[in-house]
Amino acid sequence: MTEVSVAEDTAPTADPLVVLNNVNKHFGALHVLQDIDLTIARGEVVVVIGPSGSGKSTLCRTINRLESVDSGTITIDGKPLPEEGRALARLRADVGMVFQSFNLFAHKTVLQNVMLGQIKVRRADKKAAEEKARSLLDRVGVGAQADKYPAQLSGGQQQRVAIARALAMDPKVMLFDEPTSALDPEMINEVLEVMQQLAREGMTMVVVTHEMGFARSAANRVVFMADGRIVEEAQPDQFFTNPRSDRAKDFLSKILHH
Amino acid sequence: MFDFLDSGQYDLLGAFWVTVQLTLYSAIGSLIWGTLLAGMRVSPVPLMRVFGTAYVNLVRNTPLTVIILACSLGLNQTLGITLGGGDFKDIGFRLAVLGLVAYTGTFVCEALRSGINTVPVGQAEAARALGLSFTQVLTLVVLPQAFRSVVAPLANVLIALTKNTTVAAAISAAEAAYLMKSMIENESDALLAVFAVFALGFVLLTLPTGLLLGWVSKRVAVKR
Repeated sequence: MTEVSVAEDTAPTADPLVVLNNVNKHFGALHVLQDIDLTIARGEVVVVIGPSGSGKSTLCRTINRLESVDSGTITIDGKPLPEEGRALARLRADVGMVFQSFNLFAHKTVLQNVMLGQIKVRRADKKAAEEKARSLLDRVGVGAQADKYPAQLSGGQQQRVAIARALAMDPKVMLFDEPTSALDPEMINEVLEVMQQLAREGMTMVVVTHEMGFARSAANRVVFMADGRIVEEAQPDQFFTNPRSDRAKDFLSKILHH
Repeated sequence: MFDFLDSGQYDLLGAFWVTVQLTLYSAIGSLIWGTLLAGMRVSPVPLMRVFGTAYVNLVRNTPLTVIILACSLGLNQTLGITLGGGDFKDIGFRLAVLGLVAYTGTFVCEALRSGINTVPVGQAEAARALGLSFTQVLTLVVLPQAFRSVVAPLANVLIALTKNTTVAAAISAAEAAYLMKSMIENESDALLAVFAVFALGFVLLTLPTGLLLGWVSKRVAVKR
């Protein structure tokens, strides 16, 4: 495997929002994140791809400290991630997260799911929270399902509710941890369309995904990970047509030709 | 055979009413105390976890009679604690509630903790990702779902509690078993009838509890 130096011109550092500096993490003996340096600028859409077990989900989860790191620093909007506690909770409120398995609160209706954070974290009053929740649900196209419970919705609908729930907090950055991996093929598009729209509106996004089409069309930058390292960073066109590392060439040859 | 019931000498309904009150107060107390204990056992603060674990394992494995007697002889007669009760029956009642709460809370805690384990990790992660504090994650997301999945086991705890209230007779709380003791002394020619009356009384108390909570358990179950 040839190591390729990361091209500087593809990493806009004008207004850094999320900065990972020399981050390392182990799961037991497994060195799952190795010397990760990554800067995400405000308004940038970064898509993280790579083979299973390459550490991309873990990377995504360290950004709001659902996974702690062993060494290195992570800062969001200039503030380093604090230890578990109130300060961390405050910071997490500014970082939206969308999970592979949706994780909507099963005992609450769709509407309550989108209102909970606004009321309990942002201290919004009930009426304003409901108004905002309904408009967000309309925006992601599930306004008609507001009074149902998550289990009554399709996977695609649930994931769109999850996006609305995260957006309700007015996050500075949105993290997507394989948002379409648990969906039936015909539901993937409805979720991707919502994400495309978000990207167009200038939301800062970190997206871990296997959807190469989304990476091509929506990403400002593709980060390719393998074996716990960032192997290559490039603009999507360049990455997909002319990958520089052998590892990326090998990966792309396996997924793009059949 | 059952004519001792008509003699007007015994206040059977009154005694069972005290049993119901003992059960009710103890149930509410144990639910609160058990929930707090469960919160401690899953807390990120090591000291709380240690306390919760030690308390549950110590108290759960101590015979209820010992706990109730310790409340009476230790707290009341040695330390003079009356919990605001007037006569000795009233004090006995209050101390019995204390002992029953201390004991039953451990079973509520463990039932609840198994309920917490049925809530997928992702639920708490999503709640944390929204910026909710530990207490909020627990009280708004995890416990409401945990409670719904342990209604049936909690019904068992409640039925056991109802019957455990009879131990309070040992410290003169005027509940059903206390009355039964005096009936056994006075009506020795109708012992089987006495036993039958009290057995039936408890079945009448606990059977509806089980049926009702079984129905509730199905109704509130969380669909995933």
